[in-house]
Amino acid sequence: MRWNRLQLFFTYVVLTIWSVIVLFPIWTLLINSFKPQKQIFKDPFGLPETFTLDGYREAWNTGRFDLYFINTIIVTVIALGLILFIGSMAAYALAKWKSPVANFLYIFFIAGLMIPIRLGTLDLVRLIKALNLQDTYWSLVPVYVAMGMPIATFVLTAFIKELPGEMFEAAKIDGASEWQVYTRIVLPLMRPAMATVAIFNMIKIWNDFWFPLVFIRAEESRTVALGVSLLFGQYRTDWTRALAVLSLAAVPMLILYVLLAREFIKGLTAGAVKG
Amino acid sequence: MSQTILTKSGSAGFLNPKKRLTLTWVLFLLPALFIYLTFMAGPLFDSLRLSLYTGQGYTPTEFVGFQNYINLFTNPLWREKFINAFTNTCIFFSIHMLVQNTLGLLFANLLSTDFKGRNFFRTVIFAPATLSVLVVGFLWTLILNPQWGAVNKILIAMDLKQLALPWLGRESLALPVISLTSVWQWVGMPTVMFLAGLMGISDELLEAARIDGASEWDIFWRIKFPLLKPVIGVVAILTFVDNFNAFDIIYAMAGAKGEPGYSTDLLATLFYRTGIAGEHPVGIPDMGMGAAIATMTFAILMTGVLSWLYLSRKQETE
Repeated sequence: MRWNRLQLFFTYVVLTIWSVIVLFPIWTLLINSFKPQKQIFKDPFGLPETFTLDGYREAWNTGRFDLYFINTIIVTVIALGLILFIGSMAAYALAKWKSPVANFLYIFFIAGLMIPIRLGTLDLVRLIKALNLQDTYWSLVPVYVAMGMPIATFVLTAFIKELPGEMFEAAKIDGASEWQVYTRIVLPLMRPAMATVAIFNMIKIWNDFWFPLVFIRAEESRTVALGVSLLFGQYRTDWTRALAVLSLAAVPMLILYVLLAREFIKGLTAGAVKG
Repeated sequence: MSQTILTKSGSAGFLNPKKRLTLTWVLFLLPALFIYLTFMAGPLFDSLRLSLYTGQGYTPTEFVGFQNYINLFTNPLWREKFINAFTNTCIFFSIHMLVQNTLGLLFANLLSTDFKGRNFFRTVIFAPATLSVLVVGFLWTLILNPQWGAVNKILIAMDLKQLALPWLGRESLALPVISLTSVWQWVGMPTVMFLAGLMGISDELLEAARIDGASEWDIFWRIKFPLLKPVIGVVAILTFVDNFNAFDIIYAMAGAKGEPGYSTDLLATLFYRTGIAGEHPVGIPDMGMGAAIATMTFAILMTGVLSWLYLSRKQETE
């Protein structure tokens, strides 16, 4: 029994130390974004003595963060909607179509889990130019939808395969078409798996920096990640503003994470269920 | 819209039922296949083709065969850059493999027992993974700032002034420090995966070993570790793919040039500078060469992934 106590003690010590290492930077980020610069340098760890919103005001007004948020939300929502719709349709076919073609396409789709789409960037730049989408946030949508296909087909196909087959048979005997089976039976049942796919892609899309960096220059089309990188460069020496910018980018995801930690963890590790 | 198409195909009387069903499945797959081919698979393969061309700007038109590759490996200027970026990427990956996955295994092992606050710790460990890499990178540049950053302030306060180093300014330090920042962010991933693997090991088995007097250390190495091998394989390959493709963290903490003195330049930053941004003093992107670097990265990734698939298959059949 003594051994068990020692073990428990060790567990708490290790995990507490790591938790401090994780939480401390996030804490100082948030707390210092409300302090004037001088106070950050004098007392970086305490609560603010004089509370200021200057950094946020600056980031919001001069930095056009309001715009960046709206752009990012539009891109994320549209891309997620399309990923779920197109991906679930494909997954239904991949799960139910007994054919070597379906098997091949399944492997073709999930191969994308192992191959980063970034390596095709150069050709994507040309494609986006040809479609006349450069410098708009619409350029991001099709790329993100394509990027979401491997995980969507991987998770959703596995989920549909697990569903009891009698359900589909019964509906078909009643004369339902495949489309009706898909919309009335499969879609409602798939909700938990759809949530996993949605969260996985939401985090990837919201935090993506690469494609906005490559496709977008114009201010009115910038996303949060791109805005953060440009503003941080500008404010590098003004820590109140720099920290406010970082907080603005980090807080929405952190709040969602605190509310939905279990789903987030499940979502982000979804690509690794079987490899 | 799709509905009308599908009902139409459904009522296409001239097709026999089997063909009709095939057509239905094709229509279900078509949108996903179209977008995946056009915006992912297509560009990926076309980038391979692009590496055989040269020319400035966005339309390299002059076919040069393998000249870009020959340059990449024989022109001392390019070779040095490429070897440097490749070596740095290997170091970056190895630090993740060793530190991140060892810590993940340790945390998972601790979290797999039942105690108060377990969920709290799991939530905290995973939290940074939901943040943008860019934000994490910028945040840590401030924390590691030699003059005003928290790390050096704490070290000085602890009377360890000689340890208060310019973490991101010294060539020998920058890459390991940036790698560890990235470990800080991503350690939750292997933790959760290993935890899922450990939860799958039957309690009776562990209990039996304990009754036989095995120490926790023995239990870990003799029972848990061998049973975790498949999970370790998955974690290893994901670490490999993610880190051979890392860009954001370097861009945030060391700039696109991998400062100081290219000591943190990775394959992805080299690819970005060569093919997309254009490098000083020319300032014009060399897409053909960029594509050659991307193709080399692709080849490295494929070699890794395929040998992993081969090895894990072999282990399965054994």
